[in-house]
Amino acid sequence: MVGQAPTRNDAKPHITVRDLTMAFGSFVLMRDLNFTVNHGDVFIIMGGSGSGKSTLLRHLIGLLEPARGNIFYGDENFTKADSEQRQELLRRMGVLFQTGGLWSSMTLAENIGMLLEEYTDLNATEIREVASLKLALVGLKGFEDYYPSQISGGMQKRAGLARAMALDPEVLFFDEPSAGLDPISSRLLDELILELRDSLGATVVVVTHELASIFTIGNNSVFLDPDAKTMTASGDPKELLAHCSDPTVRAFLRRGEKEKS
Amino acid sequence: MSERGGLSFIQAQDGTLVIRLLGAWSLKAGIPSAADVQGKVASTGISRRVAFDSRELTSWDSSVLTFLVEVSELCRQRGIPMDREGLPLGVQKLLALAEAVPERKGARRDVAEASFLERIGTSTLGLAGSAKEMLAFLGDMTVTFLALFRLKAHYRASDLFLLIQQCGAQALPIVTLISFLVGVILAFVGAVQLKQFGAQIYVADLVGIAMMREMGAMMTGIIMAGRTGAAFAAQIGTMKVTQEVDALTTAGFSPLEFLVLPRVMALIAMMPLLCLYANFVGVIGGAVIGVGMLDLSWTTYFNETANAISLTDISGGVFKASVYGVLIALSGCLRGLQCGNSSSAVGDAATSAVVTGIVAIVMACGIFAVVFYILGI
Repeated sequence: MVGQAPTRNDAKPHITVRDLTMAFGSFVLMRDLNFTVNHGDVFIIMGGSGSGKSTLLRHLIGLLEPARGNIFYGDENFTKADSEQRQELLRRMGVLFQTGGLWSSMTLAENIGMLLEEYTDLNATEIREVASLKLALVGLKGFEDYYPSQISGGMQKRAGLARAMALDPEVLFFDEPSAGLDPISSRLLDELILELRDSLGATVVVVTHELASIFTIGNNSVFLDPDAKTMTASGDPKELLAHCSDPTVRAFLRRGEKEKS
Repeated sequence: MSERGGLSFIQAQDGTLVIRLLGAWSLKAGIPSAADVQGKVASTGISRRVAFDSRELTSWDSSVLTFLVEVSELCRQRGIPMDREGLPLGVQKLLALAEAVPERKGARRDVAEASFLERIGTSTLGLAGSAKEMLAFLGDMTVTFLALFRLKAHYRASDLFLLIQQCGAQALPIVTLISFLVGVILAFVGAVQLKQFGAQIYVADLVGIAMMREMGAMMTGIIMAGRTGAAFAAQIGTMKVTQEVDALTTAGFSPLEFLVLPRVMALIAMMPLLCLYANFVGVIGGAVIGVGMLDLSWTTYFNETANAISLTDISGGVFKASVYGVLIALSGCLRGLQCGNSSSAVGDAATSAVVTGIVAIVMACGIFAVVFYILGI
């Protein structure tokens, strides 16, 4: 684990998205996305269902290619990178998929161990120890030899998080972390995300439409509007709630309730 | 149960068309058509307002709503105001709810029937697209195999052994059954014909040569396409749906190396063995008929078989079997990786894997027949 605490006021850009257009064939989902995620941010990608939040995330981690535009990590152009550079950048990211995405043919310890085996020089005993530590961090101590199908959905998600953290990533991506979780687990996960950000000094990008999470953990965000086919707001969600001029964004952040005049 | 739901119309003096809803409306009984209303409105031509009377409506469900939505649309088109006062309160609320969110622009799909030529064009383009995808996959797999030979490919040895067990040892019962029966069938067909010339002994030659050269490899291939090819497609397809494949990619593991490579290797390793086994069991099947029906002795039968077949026959069959193995594994994995994002897509992937596998096997078999003929094997 890296022990350094993040310095709050250094606003160095970590992820920069320039003129990104996302399209499937000739169908354009979103165009002209421009935003910056700074080091240590908890950045929320928000928007209604079907607005392309998860698709944007898949672009950020290279599972989909932009129709136009570029994505930068620090100064490196992720979109134009050759496959080796890209692997190098990917190694510094951790992703928690919507369903956990755990490899079902492996135990939890093997899921985490596989990354360590590949990218570190640790021996088998050390790998096992690190895997146990990561599982302990997400409250799954003692579940090393369980298969993903043998634990509950919430636990799968936490195990997925443990795997995402395996290589102490600089950026953590979360795709709908609270989907399918009960309110308490969902809040615990939010707290965990914040703690990880503080202790790892990582940048966190979260795709979600849970208002409670958005306001608790987010300090920067982008709002995707499927009707406008582009982003209609960006910035701190709490400030957006108070000052945003776009009625759709305000309605979203207020859960559609009427504003008190 | 009261009478079935119905309609009647009253044309009031002030130009109001009152639609009376009668009896018990239910979806089971069917929905009265709004065309009646249209006819009424058109025929009188003086309706300036549509109102409702539901005092004799004893019960209602979605059938009333469906009818009213149609009437409401009709009124909107003709610019006639519709007075909903006379409807039950629940109906009024549901109707308002159905109309609360306007239709999203562009959400309705264009359902216009494509012309015959257009459909031919679309499917031709689709065919070209899928051929391109298949070639790209073959290219990627070639690169992956080169990585394997340079010992740079990543896969788990434990996965490989598990797969070898699944498509090797666990396939033995079905291969035994089918090959034995194929041997029996071949012997039967031969026996009936050859007996007429008193040449029963040649049943052994027939069964032996047919099994070694063609049937052993072919039947094993078809069994494995249905059994293992479908399983590969379903496994990989499900992994796509649960984002396990995405997780591999983002973790820097190539799904081709990690998922496809061990499956191809497992089948390359197991198909020749299964084929040899099938050959052997097929000959036993033939012998059972030879001994049981044609009064040959076991020794005569096996000596005749041994004389008839050559090592070339056997190795040709075994070689074909390994090629079929590659084809089955590749088509299973390709269909799995092309799988969409739903559970029905996994089923489609499995079906399509079997079809692709069998077509590939039969095509390869034809090509082999020609090539072997030209080479004089």
